[in-house]
Amino acid sequence: MTYHYIRPEVIANLSADDPFAGLKAQATRHAYAEAIIELAEENPNVVVLDADVSKSIKTNQFAEKFPERSFNFGIAEQNMMAAAAGMATTGLIPYVSTYAVFASMRALDQLRNSIHYPGLNVKVAASHSGITPGPDGVTHQAQEDLSLLRAVANSTVIAGADSVTTKMAVKAAADWEGPVYLSFTRDPVPLIYTDDFPYQIGKAVTVRDGDDVTIVALRDLVMHALIAAERLAAEGISARVIDCHTLKPLDEETILQAARETGGVVTAENNVIFGGLGSAVAELLVENHPIPMERIGVRDTFAESGPYMDLIHKYGLTYPHIMDAVKQVLARKTPVTA
Amino acid sequence: MTEHELKQKSIAYRKTILTIINQCGAGHTGGSLSCVDILNVLYNAVMNVSPANFDDPNRDRYIQSKGHSVEALYTVLADRGFFPTSGLDTLNTYQSHFIGHPTRKIPGIEQNTGALGHGLPLAVGIALSAKLDERPYRVFTLLGDGELTEGSNWEASMTAAHYQLDNLIVIVDRNTLQITGPTEDVVALEPLASKFEAFGYAVRSCDGNDVGELQRTLSDVPFAPGKPSLLVANTVKGKGVSFIENQVGWHHHVPTADELTQALGELDRAQQLLKVG
Repeated sequence: MTYHYIRPEVIANLSADDPFAGLKAQATRHAYAEAIIELAEENPNVVVLDADVSKSIKTNQFAEKFPERSFNFGIAEQNMMAAAAGMATTGLIPYVSTYAVFASMRALDQLRNSIHYPGLNVKVAASHSGITPGPDGVTHQAQEDLSLLRAVANSTVIAGADSVTTKMAVKAAADWEGPVYLSFTRDPVPLIYTDDFPYQIGKAVTVRDGDDVTIVALRDLVMHALIAAERLAAEGISARVIDCHTLKPLDEETILQAARETGGVVTAENNVIFGGLGSAVAELLVENHPIPMERIGVRDTFAESGPYMDLIHKYGLTYPHIMDAVKQVLARKTPVTA
Repeated sequence: MTEHELKQKSIAYRKTILTIINQCGAGHTGGSLSCVDILNVLYNAVMNVSPANFDDPNRDRYIQSKGHSVEALYTVLADRGFFPTSGLDTLNTYQSHFIGHPTRKIPGIEQNTGALGHGLPLAVGIALSAKLDERPYRVFTLLGDGELTEGSNWEASMTAAHYQLDNLIVIVDRNTLQITGPTEDVVALEPLASKFEAFGYAVRSCDGNDVGELQRTLSDVPFAPGKPSLLVANTVKGKGVSFIENQVGWHHHVPTADELTQALGELDRAQQLLKVG
């Protein structure tokens, strides 16, 4: 079996003219909003902090269900982040909901000094990560959040590919002692996985087998990696796909094994190429198993306002770009002599 | 504890602060001397917290936002028995946990602080937790006046008033000096009390170096039902040593051996006067 944990209707669509057509899709921010209610029913220590975007993220549904465990701080993310730290010192498990630009940049000082430095049990639920908030423009496109959070000591950074694994991540984060940064998409992305996906923080999952090259992807680009792999297969190229839903701690074992077995790697992330998944994998390979590698990610530029799909295509993040990158890697691979 | 005993402790604390800063060659002398009477009164006469109950979820909480005045905090915590006084000998030395800003690695310290503007929102979070968990503890936080220009303080103040956090007591060490000069020259804070009133606090002020006045004021919290309390503690930076008082340069000037001798002499005389009095 080539694919693992992928819904049959997704597989069936991968080589279609429009591989997204007809698939059930949901913004992962809304998967979070559903999961946090289920989690709070099981865990009385869970509280949700909002900064006036609860209508967008839909955590207003949590507020209706658990009014006493929901705190709206207004548009004041620095205050909210430090208050979450204070709450965590008393044993509560705060989920701090806001947009990724504000969580990772405006409140980074509080995140670093008051949460990661003391290692407090705060979960950051960051929507609008990457350039998924297409129409909102640059001020709301967090194209650096994964890089920034990865640089902070004691951090755990998660970027789920779909609603199924996002819900699993939201729940797994509550059992993970210490700070966790969860990044979500603003825009709907297809439901890729079946419910038996073996979710574990820090454990990347091989979702497609392949021998010629490995595509390591996270969040909304996992779907593009799968589409690319299916289409490359039609050209005789066998691409492995790894869903690296946890950027940090990086699953070095799974990635290194794939690197050794396939001899070439392409990373794919809707995040700048500086300091995110591409950097993490490149660091790993350079130190352990240097092989040809290409990185798909936002280059040294800001995007603009536009529909999500148009934007990520313009900035080189979609499956045709991944296919090109794979071919560049293959061209650089040293021919194996028998 | 009687007012007389508190006064004796304040003098002893000042001697320790100056001695350990001189020993390790670094520290914040002026601010530690301005706030030490507040810490003395909180830990010895107001707060329900001790080494014996530090694991009790109902203990009162203290968050020191002006983390740089850590020498005063270490001195008072050692005296209260949270750790042996000998620990202070390692202040700022390589691999010591007694570093230049508070951390949770030190017994008795609730939270790492030192990034200015963090203490008040942290305290607001703890006070919200107390309300949610229906616990009776109070949250005390000490702010420097210089850090009041950080906007997060004002964000947190709005939250404190909105959620009617009458279990929150904010104390401002109003010594009127910051590292580059008088607060009113850097970015003016006055009229400070009325700003806090406008943000929804029940505000009082007192002599922040008078342990009797501090004890009477801080024993009367909350100052008003349903409102966070705010005390403007009017202090003298460098209080207790004539040549350190009100000197901007003593923000983090380290006393030399001669200066330490002179300062300890002044404090010895103050101690003798107190005995006679």
